[in-house]
Amino acid sequence: MMNDSKKQTLFEKIWNDHLVRDPSNSKQMQVPEVLYIDLHLIHEVTSPQAFSGLRDRGLAVRRPDRTIATVDHAIPTKPSQKGRLEFADDLCRKQIAQLEENARQFGITAYGAENNQNGVVHVVGPELGYTQPGMTIVCGDSHTSTHGAFGALAFGIGTSEVEHVLATQCLLQYKPRTFEVRIEGKLNPGVTAKDIILAFINRIGVHGGTGFVIEYRGSVIQALSMEERMTICNMSIEAGARAGMIAPDETTFAYLAGRPNAPKGEKWEEAVQKWKNLRSDDGAIFDRSITLDISNLEPMITFGTNPGMGIPVTGRIPNPDDSSETSQKNALKKSLEYMGFQVGEKISGHPIDAVFIGSCTNGRLSDLREAASILRNRKVADSVRVLVVPGSQQVKRQAEAEGLDQIFISAGAEWREPGCSMCIAMNGDQIEPGQYAVSTSNRNFEGRQGKGGRTLLASPLTAAASAIAGCVADVRTFLEA
Amino acid sequence: MEPFIKIKSRIAALPLDNIDTDQIIPARFLKITDKKGLGNHLFADWRYDQEGNPIPDFLLNQPEIDGVKILLAGQNFGCGSSREHAPWALTDFGFQVIIAESFGDIFRNNALKNGLLPIQVDPEVHSQIKNLLNQNSSTQWTIDLEQQELFFPDQSSVKFQVDPFSRTCLMNGVDELGYLLTFLDKIVDYESQKQK
Ligand code: SF4
Repeated sequence: MMNDSKKQTLFEKIWNDHLVRDPSNSKQMQVPEVLYIDLHLIHEVTSPQAFSGLRDRGLAVRRPDRTIATVDHAIPTKPSQKGRLEFADDLCRKQIAQLEENARQFGITAYGAENNQNGVVHVVGPELGYTQPGMTIVCGDSHTSTHGAFGALAFGIGTSEVEHVLATQCLLQYKPRTFEVRIEGKLNPGVTAKDIILAFINRIGVHGGTGFVIEYRGSVIQALSMEERMTICNMSIEAGARAGMIAPDETTFAYLAGRPNAPKGEKWEEAVQKWKNLRSDDGAIFDRSITLDISNLEPMITFGTNPGMGIPVTGRIPNPDDSSETSQKNALKKSLEYMGFQVGEKISGHPIDAVFIGSCTNGRLSDLREAASILRNRKVADSVRVLVVPGSQQVKRQAEAEGLDQIFISAGAEWREPGCSMCIAMNGDQIEPGQYAVSTSNRNFEGRQGKGGRTLLASPLTAAASAIAGCVADVRTFLEA
Repeated sequence: MEPFIKIKSRIAALPLDNIDTDQIIPARFLKITDKKGLGNHLFADWRYDQEGNPIPDFLLNQPEIDGVKILLAGQNFGCGSSREHAPWALTDFGFQVIIAESFGDIFRNNALKNGLLPIQVDPEVHSQIKNLLNQNSSTQWTIDLEQQELFFPDQSSVKFQVDPFSRTCLMNGVDELGYLLTFLDKIVDYESQKQK
């Protein structure tokens, strides 16, 4: 029998394995740990100032071999007549050129604007096999939590920390607390991983996870595909959590086998043996635990201006006066005002102007397949502009090989080049003030998809159904038809 | 970074919950490749109308805001993205301290690395501050980082927490990379051990 103190959570195993110790440190003062980083992903928006910092200090990138660059936030998704892509403005062009130049100068592998493997950083990392179980992974991007789906400790950092990792391959960190989230029950038709995570955030609130690393467990999680697991872990940050993770299993290994940067041959066998130990020991203690039964879960959609403000698609806009806390009441009131919703109004049937299918939450092949399953042989409502943006070049090629692009195009949607696109509206893809968009992305903050724009977060199924209906729609009516 | 020891200032109150990084600095201002000038765009979508004219009612457009170094927010300030542009915009505008009931994790980290002190207070203290500001917004408050104490205008005070390491860095105006670089030997040891 192991003694209790030896029983470790998945998080603790990875954490302890990456501490760079200083035995001579007298610990007079409480200092943060030095955490070794296995994989550092960078993109054009949060890295330029970090490279300038390196130059100012005359430092090199310590491990260019552990650093991977992609362009995604500012990259246009619209092909142009002149070049391949039409940049929104010179600033976007400059930002991307600078990333490519920094990568060249410091010897970093870059999936630049013209690379045929580029795409959203959190889509590219896993699909090229860079993301592996047991790793510590960081990126100057809060949705780095996505990679936790592989049983990695993955979290977002700021630009100063990007510079720290570039210079030393390490970060100063205090140990976060652990949060076990068990998802049990049975998934109903029309209900997806996106609906689970929206329901979870609604349950614990947008700061319910602050200070924690979440481990998602339970029968529902085990049955999810890797892409679905990524959707769940991706949105951990929307509950305030530092990271989300899922223990690796056969699903994980099957996904990784044969990916370009995954170990090969004997190394692969060794790696899998090691990865199999990456699970929380029975009886390991978490700082917090909850169980969510999803047997009665319906498709979810958000009505407000943070991802915690979600309701079932059959629901009505809640009354702020029903909340017990004044601050919550005020926040809800402010949200409803911004969103232009009436208390008690049914959300389904509310007219929309745009639909965005894409992002690091739901821009993978299975997401596009789901959306296409609803749009096949149907037409998008005349009043709705629909943008389908694959998460990467690889997703785009695979989708095209299956003819999904043709389904989208004949339904009346726009089929775009990969990038973050309308998820963050930096590249020129955006909605207009006052417009409503049903989006498969992860943030419905005020102005997230364009100044004054109103975002309703939902699954690819719900987004596709709403595109056809021209209003918020319950996908289940399409499934029965 | 300037050393941060003690500051005295009025407080600007924006006591909303869940002020996210997209509100602090909207994404369209993230296209810069340096750190400068973001203060002009701080809270841009609340601060300017569609034509780009200042909205007179908004906190940052009031003449009294000049010289204010402390911002009071609600719960979960800085939730959302990891953009360090958020603390850059706040400090460029002139803020040195944010008082809130809680902070987004990444924002808190980013702030501390940029000479911006996040002070977490419990709900009672928070409403006390809010009430005092409602009565009189022109009073002076003092933040003493060395003592980890927030002094009210009447000189009563509350203690606040800040991790000792960040506090030392702030007080000496040094950044963390310098400290991390002293670990290089250990990092090399770690790597060679891992390779075995
Ligand atoms: S798709 Fe959206 S959330 Fe994901 S990395 Fe891009 S901007 Fe961030």
